[in-house]
Amino acid sequence: MLPEIEQYFRLEKLPHMWCPGCGNGIILHSLVKAIDKLCLDQDRTTMVSGIGCAARASGYLDFDTLHTTHGRALAFATGVKFAKPELNVFVLTGDGDCTAIGGNHFIHAARRNINLTTIVFNNNIYGMTGGQYSPMTPNSCRATTSPYGNLERPFNLTELAIAAGATFVARTTTYHTKQLTDLIIEGHKNKGFSLIEVITHCPTSFGRQNKMGTPADMLKWQRDHGISAMRYENLNPEERADKFIIGVLHKTEAPEYTTEYQKLLEKLG
Amino acid sequence: MSTEPRLIQGNEACAEGAIYAGMRFYAGYPITPSTEIAEILARRLPQVGGKFLQMEDEIASMAAIIGGSLTGAKVMTATSGPGFSLKQENIGYACMAEIPCVIANVQRLGPSTGVATAPAQGDVMQARWGTHGDHPIIALTPSSVREAFELTVRAFNLAEQFRVPVILLMDEVVGHMREKVTLPQPGEFPVVNRVKPTCSRENYYPYKADGDKTPPMACFGEGYRYHVTGLFHDESGFATEKPEIIDWQLKRLHEKINQHLDEIITYTSEETEDADLVVIAYGGTARAVSRAVKLARQEGRKVGIFRPQTIWPFPEAAIGELAASGKKLLVAEMNYGQLLLEVQRVAAGRSEVHSCLQSNGELTQPDVILTKIREVYEHAPGN
Repeated sequence: MLPEIEQYFRLEKLPHMWCPGCGNGIILHSLVKAIDKLCLDQDRTTMVSGIGCAARASGYLDFDTLHTTHGRALAFATGVKFAKPELNVFVLTGDGDCTAIGGNHFIHAARRNINLTTIVFNNNIYGMTGGQYSPMTPNSCRATTSPYGNLERPFNLTELAIAAGATFVARTTTYHTKQLTDLIIEGHKNKGFSLIEVITHCPTSFGRQNKMGTPADMLKWQRDHGISAMRYENLNPEERADKFIIGVLHKTEAPEYTTEYQKLLEKLG
Repeated sequence: MSTEPRLIQGNEACAEGAIYAGMRFYAGYPITPSTEIAEILARRLPQVGGKFLQMEDEIASMAAIIGGSLTGAKVMTATSGPGFSLKQENIGYACMAEIPCVIANVQRLGPSTGVATAPAQGDVMQARWGTHGDHPIIALTPSSVREAFELTVRAFNLAEQFRVPVILLMDEVVGHMREKVTLPQPGEFPVVNRVKPTCSRENYYPYKADGDKTPPMACFGEGYRYHVTGLFHDESGFATEKPEIIDWQLKRLHEKINQHLDEIITYTSEETEDADLVVIAYGGTARAVSRAVKLARQEGRKVGIFRPQTIWPFPEAAIGELAASGKKLLVAEMNYGQLLLEVQRVAAGRSEVHSCLQSNGELTQPDVILTKIREVYEHAPGN
């Protein structure tokens, strides 16, 4: 067994409950590799998750773990981080959890620039409830609640995070595992709110309903459609249509909330 | 803290009581008529090294205090009717995951937006059953400024002792009323802190409890590395769907409260010994009832007042005794009959139960209650 699995997983909780071919396990592996490289103190690192397939991730990881209510992971995590800023706090959330029911907490955590590393497992669908469309389901895609094709438009989550004030914003896929680890490392080093959107595959619901083939086919789709900003620049508008940029999309500096509060305490104290 | 008497509001007494109890983490959202609690704490908490956070909504406020509590802080939020409705799901989470916290609900007139500045007591049943599923709850209800302070301290003590959310069920009258009070000095009032585990990480089962049914609670960041979830869970804290474990957990959640009813339930009763009629009232209404009872006594009517300070768990034994003695009971509250239902249930036909109910945005006046007292008093049983 890989040493980082042995070190950071609650081995007795495995095998996990995700479907065969699901991408969530790939994200967890990249996450623990990042934590290992960051040399984070396991006793002072907290994983906070909401509700849904992605949110079950916290239970498999050997840290203080908080599996909360639907959509509210960022609000719970804000409480943990604000009360004890010395803790490393990661938020593990899905696209439905984070961008629909939790959308308000998402924009406000970004606006506050509170030091949370948020990983959005974007599988474009509500997996746990059986495949309903989410705010990240592309237009015209099928879901059990859009049997004639989705009429809604999806969020551009990274643009939303940037507009709301996040100071580190990145995107990658479960095909690009090395890059995912690097982005989590860089995101965690950022002193502020970091978003890492990970395009992951749900062969059982999204893939099946949209005829995307096997899990391997879905990974190949990620490989072929997620491209670097440099490659994207060189494409004509037609070629760009079904592509998306992966890598760091935004990085800036701004006052971090718990640091600013600490300054206030020192001023008054 | 000054020993000089101060003229302060119930909401201010609540904020000061929270600080006295050791509360150092507040998250809230502005809502009338509770906003002063947030405003006062925004100023006071940073002065004592505490954390104040205005969240984006009521739901987030409730979530944030649960997160704060898990790091070891004593935490609270304050709200009113509409906000109390929004917090319910996460209040249930705190029941299930056994997270100590205090929720002040300064009741206003509902349903819906109702009248933001008008008093009411319409959230009695929401305090009990607002969140889904079977769960025990503790709710305290003060009727003076001094008592708002004392019951706030007590709310924290109970929350920490039993690892539960405690509702401080105030009303607009008590929240906004000003009275002269001398706040207690440190040490004058007991302050309870949660029990933490002393065992090693390997031997720590976050939901394993001894005889008192409340398990010791580890703080995040102290090396216990445990799991917290709103799913039904076993002693280790991990999810289960096994009926026998679900049964064990839910029973324990109830037993940890039910085994300590004598400790949790407090009330006052005045002139009930020789009374033929006892008025049952709480919060702002109890003040008008006190006056009405005094006037009734002056008229020669043997009337007393029973005032629950703990409204949930319902003071069933004490009210059962009153009912068994055959005294007439009159419930006065600012709603269409919520505590009344409990009194009727407990009386179970052993005594007459009458009511004086009002829900129009005004505090029930003493003369309205006195008129009702006279009416009930004059009529022989069965009339």
